Amino acid sequence: MAIQLYRIDDRLIHGQVVVGWGQPHNIRFLVLVDDLVASSDWEKELYRMAIPPEMEIYFADVETAIRDHPRYANDPRPGILITGDIASMLRLVKGVKAIGSVNLGGIHHRAGRAEKLRYVFLTPEEEVQLHALESSGVEVTAQDVPSARSRPLAEVLEGETK
Amino acid sequence: MSDEGAGPEKPKAIVVGHGEFSAGLVSAVGQICGLADKLVVLSNTGMAPGDIEAAIRSELARTGAKVIFTDLPGGSGTIAARRIAKENPDLVLVTGVNLATLLDFVFSAGGTPEEAARAAAERGKASLIVIERG
Repeated sequence: MAIQLYRIDDRLIHGQVVVGWGQPHNIRFLVLVDDLVASSDWEKELYRMAIPPEMEIYFADVETAIRDHPRYANDPRPGILITGDIASMLRLVKGVKAIGSVNLGGIHHRAGRAEKLRYVFLTPEEEVQLHALESSGVEVTAQDVPSARSRPLAEVLEGETK
Repeated sequence: MSDEGAGPEKPKAIVVGHGEFSAGLVSAVGQICGLADKLVVLSNTGMAPGDIEAAIRSELARTGAKVIFTDLPGGSGTIAARRIAKENPDLVLVTGVNLATLLDFVFSAGGTPEEAARAAAERGKASLIVIERG
């Protein structure tokens, strides 16, 4: 089964991931790839307590995730891999070279970001990083929950209000 | 009416949830007993993690509330509230809130906010029942 979803979401573990995607896809493990979280026992415990008992969670910084990706990919259980930002996913994609698609699940407003969708806000630098993901052969789409329409990157970058 | 003899101030709480969940619950509390003013509604919809945390901190400071109710253990509201609770040992966080929990909480009086929250959580748990047929 391996990884069902590679997701970029600045909330990391939260309701949409655990329930929204986790329930219909029968997700049994999560890989949280974040350099900061991986270096903090307190952060790891915070997210460990946020997942239901039927799920297992692995924490990794980007370098560790690149090294351990074959293990996640060969896991017989369905899983989700999450990064909190585009730059981390881009590093992972370049290191792994076996990721076919990436989901934009939540990149929220902050200074310097422009709204593309109600749950996707991007800086010009982040737009460049997304193009770099696509240039690496990765299909990039935005979809916050499974019932929503999957939007290709070109449509996302055009923005919702045209 | 004078405040004198009015009894202790009832504890206040912030109710954090997805979408309109909190607003709906608090509206129901108001409809049932008229004590919705003891609760502050906060939705995490469309908010970045730092913004959720800032909004909760702001409401705690504004209201003096010592209790936070959230809807889902794995939700971003709960994650944000746990970050705040780490620095505030007197803050009480209850997750999995339902209407019975809030009704018990707003009627509590005389105890500490923690006692009120714990009692309310027990009432909320007890209210979740599968009604047998027949």
